Amino acid sequence: MTAPLVRVDGVAKRYAGRDALAALDLVLGAGEILALVGHNGAGKSTLIKLLLGLIRPDAGRITVLGHDPARAGAAEARRAIGFLPETIAFHPNMTGAELLAFYAQLKGAPLAANRELLARVGLADVAGQRVGGYSKGMRQRLGLAQALIGRPRLLLLDEPTTGLDPELRQAFYALLDELAAEGVGILLSSHALAELEHRADRVVVLRQGRKVADGTLTDLRRMAGDPVRILVRMEAPVPVAAGAGGAVTGVAAGAGRRIEIICPAAEKMDRLRAVLSGREPVADIELLHASLDEIYAGLLRRDAEPVG
Amino acid sequence: MKPIVIIALREIREGLRNRRVLATASLLAGLALTLALLGSAPTGNVGASRLAVTVVSLSSLTIFLVPLIALVLTHDTIAGELDRGTMVLLLSYPLARWQVVIGKFAGHVVMLGLATAVAYGAAGLALWLGAAGDDAAVAAFCTLIGTSILLGAAFVATGTLVSTLARDPRTAAGIALGVWLASVLLYDMALLGLLIADQGRTLRAPLVQALLVANPTDAYRLLNLTGLPEVGQFAGLSGLAGHLAVAPATLLAALGLWVAAPLAASVAVFARRQV
Repeated sequence: MTAPLVRVDGVAKRYAGRDALAALDLVLGAGEILALVGHNGAGKSTLIKLLLGLIRPDAGRITVLGHDPARAGAAEARRAIGFLPETIAFHPNMTGAELLAFYAQLKGAPLAANRELLARVGLADVAGQRVGGYSKGMRQRLGLAQALIGRPRLLLLDEPTTGLDPELRQAFYALLDELAAEGVGILLSSHALAELEHRADRVVVLRQGRKVADGTLTDLRRMAGDPVRILVRMEAPVPVAAGAGGAVTGVAAGAGRRIEIICPAAEKMDRLRAVLSGREPVADIELLHASLDEIYAGLLRRDAEPVG
Repeated sequence: MKPIVIIALREIREGLRNRRVLATASLLAGLALTLALLGSAPTGNVGASRLAVTVVSLSSLTIFLVPLIALVLTHDTIAGELDRGTMVLLLSYPLARWQVVIGKFAGHVVMLGLATAVAYGAAGLALWLGAAGDDAAVAAFCTLIGTSILLGAAFVATGTLVSTLARDPRTAAGIALGVWLASVLLYDMALLGLLIADQGRTLRAPLVQALLVANPTDAYRLLNLTGLPEVGQFAGLSGLAGHLAVAPATLLAALGLWVAAPLAASVAVFARRQV
């Protein structure tokens, strides 16, 4: 078995007395797509900066491509890493082609491959224009192109699909699948779990620097109690008190004729009875699987609840 | 080594692209030519070399302008990139942080050096073509160009240090302005005030020498105005030069130190800075 590309053991990082990351363990293998999911400030960008050696951990050990990234010798290892920062910024006076050439030179990668990279992200036609005139989506695509310079073995992508329209998003994930099939390990962060359906092999949910879930999306669904969403439409408007819902989100709120309940599948009948007992007649009931965003919210809420 | 060259070339290309180099060279050339052609007009009657007189006026111009330009060019070189988010990406590449600092420094020195050499060179050439001075004056003029670039390099290094220390580009701009005021204006005024107050009781010549050498603009001034007899005659410092005889090598070394020390400090600070 080959060694993992990334290994994080008990890593902690504090900023201004606040835990940015606490006792985090993580492994990323070759050809794997791992998604880091969490709100802003959950520790996603901190982890990526640690993996790049831009900051040092306060505790724990990190190995990236066989090196400690904060050590001087790790600069060479970065040749095999492609990185896309959360907010991509370039020197506005340079053209797309010039910027890509600059980064390729820094990586010691052949400049001839740049044309293909620009075409791959759909920027071939505007490569000669200054980046200052690019739209946000175009800058993001240029960012992706620079991350792919030199055929990296490991990709670290911080919120990579920000500013991409749905079509490009599709193309982007298709590209990631291709790269993963070639053995590239991909770590990408996102604040939306829903976007990652069928995209990531594994999802790690972070909350305030701690890992609250790690597994496939199916695992996560199970961990959240396989929640369902029940939409009830009443014959007449009814007042409904919040807080009568299930353990997943704890919400049963209605405005007028609609009542919405989100709860584990196993509890759905009990919930329904509790909410509906003694009310006006029901006009319609709709049962839906909870969306990934609701599962995500449920996981975070479950983590926030006091233990016991 | 290679990343340094790549980063320096990127800085130069950007400087040429956003016309900073052109603006700097035009400003310096305009002022230098004005001084050279108009400022030395009366010299014909008193038998002074126009080239030598121009060295005096140009070095005064340099003391004010070159440090200011160097600080304007560099104050945001690190702080600005950190602020805009381009630094994080740059540091994710296979290079060391010191290479970023040295590359940026080198790029800015080349830009400023180029602008100075072209601008002052044009003024010198104009005078030389008019047979305005002898060989000694030409040597003095070449010294002026060389030391002006060295002074520029000292302030490029200082500006880079300011940029690595400052939290954001606005703070860096404020500190850079303070540095300029302090070294170009306040230092000399304070020294003068001290000398007057002291009446020569404790501040003896060696100490005054040391205090002058400790400020890069004063080291530059002494180097250009007292170093060469041909020029010293017109600088109004010939009396002073006798008391403050500091060897040109010492002055050059002082300027060199003013390049090396802030640069080394920038490297050290940036190596520890969280990004």
